[in-house]
Amino acid sequence: MIKVQHLSKHFGTLKAVDDISFEVAEHENLILLGTSGCGKTTTLKMINRLIEPSAGSIFINGKNIMEQPPELLRRGIGYVLQNNGLFPHYTVAENIGIVPQLLKWDKKRTDNRIAELMEKLHLTREYLHAYPRELSGGQQQRVGLARALVADPEILLMDEPFGALDNVTRSKIHAEFKVLDELKRKTIIMVTHDVQEAFALGDHICLMNKGKIIQDGTPAELLFKPKNDFVRHFLKEQKLHLEFKTISLDDLWEWLPSKQKQTTTKPLSSAADFWTGLEHFKFDDAYAISIKNKGTSVIKSASFEELMSAFYHYKKQQSHE
Amino acid sequence: MNEHQQTLWEFMQQQSDKLLTQTLQHIGLTFISLLIAVLIGLPLGIFITRKKQFSGPVLGVAGVLQTVPSIALLGFMIPLLGIGAKPAIVALLLYALLPIIRNTFTGITGVDAAVKEAAVAMGMSKWQVLFKVELPLAMPVIFAGIRTATVITVGVATLASYIAAGGLGEFIFGGISLNNTNMILAGAIPAALLAIIFDFLLSRLQKLNIKKLKTATLTLPLLLILLSSFYLLPSAYGSKLKAGFTPEFMGRQDGNLGLISKYGLKIQTLVINDAVMYKACYEQQLDVISGYSTDGRLKAYDLVVLDDNKFIFPPYYAAPIVRDDALKKFPELEVTLNLLSGKINDSIMTALNYRTDYLHQSPERVAKDFLVANKLYKPARGGNAGIVRIGSKIFGEQYILASIYSMLIKGYTDYDVSTKTGLGGTKICFDALTNNQIDFYPEYTGTGLLAILQPSTKIIDSLTHSKKATYDFVQKGFEANYQIKWLKPIGFNNAYALMMRKKQAKTLNIKTISDLKRYLETNRR
Repeated sequence: MIKVQHLSKHFGTLKAVDDISFEVAEHENLILLGTSGCGKTTTLKMINRLIEPSAGSIFINGKNIMEQPPELLRRGIGYVLQNNGLFPHYTVAENIGIVPQLLKWDKKRTDNRIAELMEKLHLTREYLHAYPRELSGGQQQRVGLARALVADPEILLMDEPFGALDNVTRSKIHAEFKVLDELKRKTIIMVTHDVQEAFALGDHICLMNKGKIIQDGTPAELLFKPKNDFVRHFLKEQKLHLEFKTISLDDLWEWLPSKQKQTTTKPLSSAADFWTGLEHFKFDDAYAISIKNKGTSVIKSASFEELMSAFYHYKKQQSHE
Repeated sequence: MNEHQQTLWEFMQQQSDKLLTQTLQHIGLTFISLLIAVLIGLPLGIFITRKKQFSGPVLGVAGVLQTVPSIALLGFMIPLLGIGAKPAIVALLLYALLPIIRNTFTGITGVDAAVKEAAVAMGMSKWQVLFKVELPLAMPVIFAGIRTATVITVGVATLASYIAAGGLGEFIFGGISLNNTNMILAGAIPAALLAIIFDFLLSRLQKLNIKKLKTATLTLPLLLILLSSFYLLPSAYGSKLKAGFTPEFMGRQDGNLGLISKYGLKIQTLVINDAVMYKACYEQQLDVISGYSTDGRLKAYDLVVLDDNKFIFPPYYAAPIVRDDALKKFPELEVTLNLLSGKINDSIMTALNYRTDYLHQSPERVAKDFLVANKLYKPARGGNAGIVRIGSKIFGEQYILASIYSMLIKGYTDYDVSTKTGLGGTKICFDALTNNQIDFYPEYTGTGLLAILQPSTKIIDSLTHSKKATYDFVQKGFEANYQIKWLKPIGFNNAYALMMRKKQAKTLNIKTISDLKRYLETNRR
């Protein structure tokens, strides 16, 4: 889908991006993770040619992007900015309708699409003719997302899209983000410095430092098979939390007791993460929870101690591999 | 004094034709310049946001232009563009450029970078980013620049009358020269009102909400073009020769009014400042001008005075006029000033003026050379028995006289001297004298009679044939009304005169003003 080869960007003597390569498969979420100045935003902006690379090439669906007019390339790629970049002189509807206007859609088609997106993103119709400054930060970010999605581009580039939001709003949007059908059909590259966000939203994370990709892998790979000390150190502070969120009940399946106990709760899908499993004890005040295997539909149940024990075994096995 | 003091309202009613013409010219002049300034400044401002390396030089040059004194800028324009509307418009637009360029630049560079990036990232072309994002968002700042430029232009446009481009400056500068407050106000009040009204209208246009800005951006150029066209409306009647008269000359009985009433002279007339008038005549921009008979430029530019065969120009013999209490305070002053009496005749004065006006020698040097040559020079005593304040009007001859008097006082008395030269026109100088800001200045009998005492036409007619009658009348009048004494005349008569290029006058066989009138009547267009 997107193929980046030996990409570099130099600003004078500074190597902002230094010979990196990676691939993103269709409908995959790739996270470019790193501290500020690591080259992640520069990398992102080279994909829609907001920044021209110094060397290397980028292919989208096999086509070299340098061989297309930048305006046309960009109209096919959604782009979401940290500070939303909404036009202050356009209403919400006009902001969302910018790309359709550039693509010369007729008014009815544009209006229908805007209404559809507004509904999906939980923006009520009353905001249609409001100006961005009249909206809250979360609402502005949703409008920014709607604007990027309006022409249904295959690819979405997101530059710290939730960076300016408070924690409560952010986790709410994260939750919505994961279930939004519009986004499931997209190939997404997202830049963030927030490790938790990266782990929550990414199928695949490139951890970057000083213009280079240090490790490219799934969240679990980064967590349990860190390539070097940099990766280990980078994740250290939030390691336990990340593990809880990254390990699914499915991963623990083989260590869960096979006999079924009496439970009061509805069975949980094994696709849920370990954190969710723990939360069930807390909120339902249950002695044991039942878990339904997402593939075979077999139901197992576990007490708190049994669940923790399974987690311990899983980790032990990971570190021996 | 006049039998009846005219009110401002009466003056404006009486001069309503002229007032309307001048106001329309003023509006037209302002908006032609503004329109061109916007047409140049806006693209230039946009250009330097794209090529930032040019922003320093461009804003620098526009800033320097802004600091050039307006009169100097108008002066520079004459050799390049002659006189009249062209140089005035160029000078005005140069003044209007800076705020327009700077605000366009500031406005566009001030647009939120994230918004610009979003626009590009969504696939807008450069022009779409400019017209859909940058310009609309920068519009309030750009508008503020245009407002500033408008107010500046309305103000500076009053100076356009210096180079025969018309406008309300004709009344303002005419009024200052003629000591006519009504005339000054008749020009100044409409000019101020224009500035306020245009600023207000533009601010309304600016405050329209962002949606309607599209309409506003369309209305503005149309409005500018419409207002610009005002300048073309008032058309003067044409004639074979073109005259350029000073604002002062235009309003005087012993000036243009007399030429019309006594000679019946009908000539296409432009109003122009005397600083550029002689040169304009020399450069054939004008054919007939209203000069002074002792002006050094008469010699420099090879001009000839037309004979005033019907005696409309009264005598203008120069003499120092001193406040009575100054004479008491400085007992030796009168004798010292009278040392110069009878020492300078017309041709000597013209020669002295030629040295300052044309050879650009300093008035002090010319004054000293003159005193030394006439054996009147004594080195300064460096006394400190009080300070005599000398005033002068703002032209060469007065500077020379002020320098001569300054040297005489320092050399012959123990008084020290402070000079306040360049006091605008008659009104400013005379007000300074009566308000005890200066102790004396050189004045001319004709000016004292017509600009200050302003007796009835009948009295004027009875006096102006005779040098002595005029002198006696102003001497009595000043003493009685203002407690100011006219000392002995210096000798020369710096009267008004009509002049032409020597060569042209000879070719057309014009020697007197009546000849001029006859020529114009037989050669109508």
